[in-house]
Amino acid sequence: MSVSELSVPARGARPGPDVVLDVRGLRMRYGQVDVLDRVDFQAYRGEVLALLGPNGAGKTTTIEILEGFRMRSAGAVEVLGVDPARGAEAWRARLGVVLQSWRDHGKWRVRELLRHLGSYYTPYSTESTPRPWDVDELIAAVGLTEHADKKLSRLSGGQRRRLDVAIGIVGRPELLFLDEPTAGFDPHARREFHDLVHRLSDLDETTILLTTHDLDEAEKLADRILILAGGSIIADGSADALSRRMSTEAEVRWTRDGERFVHSTSDATTFVRELFAQHGAAISDLEVRRASLEDTYMALVREFESGRGDAAARSFEVVSR
Amino acid sequence: MNTNVLAARRGLTRGGIELRQTFTNAQDLWAYLFPAVLLLVVMTFLRGASVPGTDFSLGAMVLPSVLGMNVAFGGLVNAAQQLTVEREDGTLLRAKAVPGGMLGYLVGKVVGVSGMVLASVLLVLVPGLFLFDGLVTTSVGGWLTLGWVLLLGLAATMPIGAVFGSLSANPRNLGLVVLPIMGLIAISGIFYPVTNFPEWLQGLAQVFPIYWLGLGMRSALLPGGLAAAEIGESWRHLETVGVLGVWAALGLIVAPIVLRRMARREAGSSVAARREKALRRIS
Repeated sequence: MSVSELSVPARGARPGPDVVLDVRGLRMRYGQVDVLDRVDFQAYRGEVLALLGPNGAGKTTTIEILEGFRMRSAGAVEVLGVDPARGAEAWRARLGVVLQSWRDHGKWRVRELLRHLGSYYTPYSTESTPRPWDVDELIAAVGLTEHADKKLSRLSGGQRRRLDVAIGIVGRPELLFLDEPTAGFDPHARREFHDLVHRLSDLDETTILLTTHDLDEAEKLADRILILAGGSIIADGSADALSRRMSTEAEVRWTRDGERFVHSTSDATTFVRELFAQHGAAISDLEVRRASLEDTYMALVREFESGRGDAAARSFEVVSR
Repeated sequence: MNTNVLAARRGLTRGGIELRQTFTNAQDLWAYLFPAVLLLVVMTFLRGASVPGTDFSLGAMVLPSVLGMNVAFGGLVNAAQQLTVEREDGTLLRAKAVPGGMLGYLVGKVVGVSGMVLASVLLVLVPGLFLFDGLVTTSVGGWLTLGWVLLLGLAATMPIGAVFGSLSANPRNLGLVVLPIMGLIAISGIFYPVTNFPEWLQGLAQVFPIYWLGLGMRSALLPGGLAAAEIGESWRHLETVGVLGVWAALGLIVAPIVLRRMARREAGSSVAARREKALRRIS
């Protein structure tokens, strides 16, 4: 049985109304090389999915196929119920794509560009989803109010990135693609961006698929994490579920008689129980640190790369939502 | 309302905004003014010379020819340049990510490039009318001719420019478009009557739009008697419409195919790859 077949959630047998993304057996071949090989996953309304993986694993290719910017070689893909290879403008109006900007529209001013790009969405406005966003509200939401009348060429890198996000959501998308959204953000801007993502998914039920190299960010933002390696999904589940199931060790730290101790164990609960049974009130400053997503991710990718990918994936029961 | 009509209207707005930006930007204004001043200076020097076989000022003859040249050069080069640059910097991809964005983008480009060409024509024409004697400015027919030559000229050159712009991946390759155009200008009778060139060269010049744009503009602004200095001793309006019409038709058939193919290939990773390349060039 193949790795990817194992990672398909059992409940996703047929796309229901809540399935926003449905990818089955996706394959992308360049010449003789399969960049993507039988990629399978689903996303449900309002879910935040993080797609992780080493460089060259095919994350960007996957996203570009879903966005309708790239033709796939094989497989069935449905995005908002439509095959992206045949997506019409009305379909596109329901998608948000955050692009990495560079120096485009340098002479335009922030408000001017958002108003212009937003105006393309007015014919697709509905009762339940008025499109586009109010421009000034949107500018405030990404924290660019002070810079609304600045030319794009005068924005800093972080400001420009926030504008990219604003452009991506100006049409109030039902599904938003974010390819490395916070590259180059300072910690403050990153925190604000995370708040914005939470707002989008909680209040507007926007489904979000993001790629990132920042595992901390993936852990904070994502309801579910997909790890793409070697062209297929090797793990699919919440950050918590992933680190529980990967047999990484937890680190226990405590203080006894003014001395600091550290111990690694795969069964922290038992260890701590025994610790208290032995020393009781002498223990203070107890800390149990379970493996972070980073540890899990590293362990997984290492295992996969050393050719035991199948075994690694099998040790994961897939956690649906 | 039809969503395409709406997207096209967004394009008109877009073209208007981009024109306003280009006319309120010191760098762009300089790029309009500098060639206009240069050309006017050249014409002033030619004022004393006369068109061979007549006593009409060569400077006054060059003025309408230069207007034709500006239309051809502006239509071709601006369209080509903006497409390559905006493909590299991701403007086009952004248009692609928006519903109806590509249509809006193209309409915006047509408006923008036409406006730029019109500006470069006016910047030479208006001062020229005061500097040179002998131009016919009182004939309504003349102005109408100028109008249709301008429109047909834009239709003949912009789509071809867009094709060049879509085919070249690197803004630096634009020299490959500009140099042949410079060559064509030299043989198209812009600065000197084409009738004094060898016949094979005259034949070559008449294949391309630049010669016909110059001729059409001369027919609009010069006294009728000067037609005698042209090939066939006539303004040849029918032939002008014919040749420019063929170029326009050719461009309008080929450009959508090439543009669609180019647009289909645009994706975030291709923009990122070109960005990497460009940054390497800079450093």
